[in-house]
Amino acid sequence: MTRVLAPLALLVAALFVASLLVGPASLAPLDSLAGLFGGGEGPVAMVMREIRLPRALLAAMIGASLGLAGAAMQGYLRNPLAEPGLIGVSGSAALGAVLAIQTGLSAAFALALPLAALAGALGGVLLVLALAGPRGGALVLILAGIAISAMAGALTQLALNLSQNPFAVNEIVFWMMGSLADRSMTHLWLALPFTLLGWLLLAGLGRGLDALTLGEDAAQAMGIDLARLRLLLILGTACVVGAGTAVAGAIGFVGLVVPHLLRPLVGAQPSRLLPASALGGAAMLLAADLAVRLILPERDLKLGVLTALVGAPLFLHLIYKTRREMA
Amino acid sequence: MTLLALRDLSVTLRDRRVFSGVSLDIQPGELVGLIGPNGAGKTTLMRAALGLLEHQGSSSLAAMEARARARAVAWMPQSREIAWPVTVEALVTLGRTPHRARQLTDTDRAATDRALEWMGLSDMRHRTATRLSGGEQARVLIARALAQDTPLLLADEPVAGLDPAHQIQTMQTFAQMAQAGRAVLVSLHDLGLAARYCSRLVLLGQGRVMADGAPDQVLTPDLVAAAFGITAYSADTDQGRVFQPLEVLE
Repeated sequence: MTRVLAPLALLVAALFVASLLVGPASLAPLDSLAGLFGGGEGPVAMVMREIRLPRALLAAMIGASLGLAGAAMQGYLRNPLAEPGLIGVSGSAALGAVLAIQTGLSAAFALALPLAALAGALGGVLLVLALAGPRGGALVLILAGIAISAMAGALTQLALNLSQNPFAVNEIVFWMMGSLADRSMTHLWLALPFTLLGWLLLAGLGRGLDALTLGEDAAQAMGIDLARLRLLLILGTACVVGAGTAVAGAIGFVGLVVPHLLRPLVGAQPSRLLPASALGGAAMLLAADLAVRLILPERDLKLGVLTALVGAPLFLHLIYKTRREMA
Repeated sequence: MTLLALRDLSVTLRDRRVFSGVSLDIQPGELVGLIGPNGAGKTTLMRAALGLLEHQGSSSLAAMEARARARAVAWMPQSREIAWPVTVEALVTLGRTPHRARQLTDTDRAATDRALEWMGLSDMRHRTATRLSGGEQARVLIARALAQDTPLLLADEPVAGLDPAHQIQTMQTFAQMAQAGRAVLVSLHDLGLAARYCSRLVLLGQGRVMADGAPDQVLTPDLVAAAFGITAYSADTDQGRVFQPLEVLE
């Protein structure tokens, strides 16, 4: 197990340091690290602590969240095509953010947008829980998630459709592409408590997800409380995805591709995939956020666009591989 | 000590009464075959007994707290689900779920090894379970249930799809477990195997228990005709009991 986790952890650490060293302000690597750790109030210390550190921390945190939630969701639904956005939380968080931009609330104070997104995520998860009921199985959860995603998507489109403010439309469209540019430590502190709570809820699901390998009946007969498992899964996913979407917008494909890529390396066991996928997600998002800064430094390439651009072909490759194995 | 006690158990699914008034006790040492035609409610009876299904009447297992029940009874469902390409060993180890702490203990490993050996899977332990044939997967899932190491095992058509040698071996394993003081309730369609290996048969049909007793008391021409609509050849030979279905009754 450590044979998988240790290299992944090293990769995350290396990408984290690289993320600290890359940015529009050209700073020498040693000066940057001195600025970060050495204290002082100079411009270098300022850039490092207020711009690059929160950006790197958010990338690692949100990436880990998406990887972890994706692995948990795939384990619960026993389907490698599941992803954390499936329960409709990212869609409803986006709707909250869009309404904040549209109504001008986001211009009123700095944290209005992420707070509105969190409120949207909360509304979404309450609706999912109400629709899916206390005892319904996996299928009902998927249906509830699709219904809420579709409704949130439609309302978002409606806001864009009826908007009379081209600047707001512009801002909404770019926000929905997902980005970690210009985030501050305040964003981190806002997302951190929800994220930690979500990690805690999801990390405890390993044994139940393992038992579900044998199906719902067998898992239940082995003492797994499926209603509780599903509730923790929904709440944990809502916490991490809601917090992530609130501060970074919608970032797709990480939660779908990372568990899929790492599954063969951990012997396909859901419980072992959880930590591996968290580290893998952190590595993928750190790498993607580095790439947006290196490929088109002056054009503000959006993070969500890049993860989709990289994720979709990667997924096609996985489909190809699966097809060849089945043939 | 009774391992399973059903009292006046009834199940109604979608306004259709599947069976009613089922009372049954299973003691240590018994290998009980649950037989009956398609749709008689064999699976439903076992799931209700386990508390996986709404029912009227009482079941000693359904009344237990979930963790305690998982240590009292192992359940092998009919649907042979293996969701992920895990190794045979990892899959069989899942049977230890109700017992284990964070780390596997020597007891867990020993139970897993024993279950693998019983089902003749020791050589396959590192192979990927999803790439095995259907019959091999069935044996892996039986081993998983055996690894749970419970006093009672409920298995829903465990031998369906197995080759003759493994059907016989599986029934012999169940018989050995019963002799060692455990009990097994197994649903079967192969009446020949039921007649030969079970110490007792429960015949489910017409919405009730039609007969409950030793194989030769249950597999009588009248009961077999009434429940299954067939005739059969039955004999006690010097090589044990032989039961062979012959014709469908008009």
